[in-house]
Amino acid sequence: MIELSGVHKAFGANRVLQGVDLTIPRGESMVIIGGSGTGKSVLLKCILGLVTPDSGKITLDGQDVTTTDRDAFLARFGMLFQGGALFDSLKVWENVAFRLLRGALKRPREEAREIAVEKLRRVGLKPETADLFPGELSGGMQKRVGLARAIAAEPEIIFFDEPTTGLDPIMSGVINDLIHEIVTEMGATAMTITHDMTSVRAIATRVAMLHGGVVRWTGPVAEMDATPDPYVQQFIHGRAEGPIPSVR
Amino acid sequence: MTSALAALGRPVLAALAAVGRVVLFALEALSHLLRPPFYGREFLAAVMQIGWFSLPVVAMTAIFTGGALALQIYAGGNRFGAEAVVPQIVAIGMARELGPVLGGLMVAARVASSIAAEIGTMKVTEQIDALVTLSTNPMKYLTVPRLLAATLTVPVLVAAGDSIGVMGGWLVGITRLDFNSATYLKNTVDFLEAWDIGSGLVKGAVFGFIVALMGCYHGMNSARGAQGVGAATKAAVVSASVLILAANYLLTEVFFSA
Repeated sequence: MIELSGVHKAFGANRVLQGVDLTIPRGESMVIIGGSGTGKSVLLKCILGLVTPDSGKITLDGQDVTTTDRDAFLARFGMLFQGGALFDSLKVWENVAFRLLRGALKRPREEAREIAVEKLRRVGLKPETADLFPGELSGGMQKRVGLARAIAAEPEIIFFDEPTTGLDPIMSGVINDLIHEIVTEMGATAMTITHDMTSVRAIATRVAMLHGGVVRWTGPVAEMDATPDPYVQQFIHGRAEGPIPSVR
Repeated sequence: MTSALAALGRPVLAALAAVGRVVLFALEALSHLLRPPFYGREFLAAVMQIGWFSLPVVAMTAIFTGGALALQIYAGGNRFGAEAVVPQIVAIGMARELGPVLGGLMVAARVASSIAAEIGTMKVTEQIDALVTLSTNPMKYLTVPRLLAATLTVPVLVAAGDSIGVMGGWLVGITRLDFNSATYLKNTVDFLEAWDIGSGLVKGAVFGFIVALMGCYHGMNSARGAQGVGAATKAAVVSASVLILAANYLLTEVFFSA
């Protein structure tokens, strides 16, 4: 279980997070929604230690993430980045097997390659893709490779940062279905950041809305449409009128 | 008066802070040199990129510089009947100064820029963050192999540049200045001392370290977007070039001042 309490983060005068309290229970698929620039990615990076919060506490299974063994902590995570963040200089299979080629999880190259090809197959890519470079792939294929890399070491917790941004509706649907299937079959805890409501409905078991640097609403996805919270209603229906200013 | 002092003090403080950040970055990188894991593949790739692929540009620079140096020394020496010193001065000039400095500057132009652009692009496309999430320390994976490769390969490039520069002088000497080939080469070999060459190689190692350090530092601290990467690339080349010239003076002072 991941717990955040009173997490603050500012960049200069821009106070992005102003006391975020959130609990992500084990095995749940939590989706964080909110407008652009509301700090969703910063929140995710705070959990991973890529950004250091100014104050507040983040724990994983009761242990403060800032005091835990870093390598052991990160070994429990997989992450799909918004732009894929694939390493241009490495082949697709080397990207997928990156964690299996070095460090504590190191395997022989042949074995690592076999696992990479299997993970590529799991996300719908053919074995021939393995020897291409990321620059030779379409945006949708890069997302799939990023997803394969995120699950290659069978992590307990997977983060997805804007998994469908920049994809056409059909490819978005494919990625959403893949995420849902993989998270379910792995029994992983998932945290997804998105403002794509189709993704929210396809992926989430719980939803939290971030606005004004705090979590405005959180609850099961089934209750999202019925909540009277005007911020959530404006956001999920994409209305220009409401408490969220349309010009930001 | 106070505002004038503040205006003067602000850039000085900013410059000192920048120096401090670079020193801390260098110390952190050095602290990783002896601690595993070591990334052998990345080191060998950096040796190829920094050393092998820089050889043509260093060789071209050296051969033309050696030739021009021979012509200049001949023309200058002619004024007081000292034309015969061309082989000796070309050799000492290439080994002590021009080989390491021009080699270092050419590597700075070629390598510092490419390292800063590559790492800067990795930063803005979240590849550095991805490394962290994959339990890989970016300093260890990206910076240490490049620092080590540059420190070890630039002296080799300098040695090659020295030899090619001397050959450039020899070629001009025998074809344009009527020197006897064997005499030219004998004078070169007899006059050069081991420390003339050794000091140039030490300079090469220092310049290589500077080049990789500036490339990695500016790449890692690149701002967002294409403009940020462009600025990081420019800063890497400019700072590496200036630091090479400053370090060259200091090293020459240490090695050769009476």
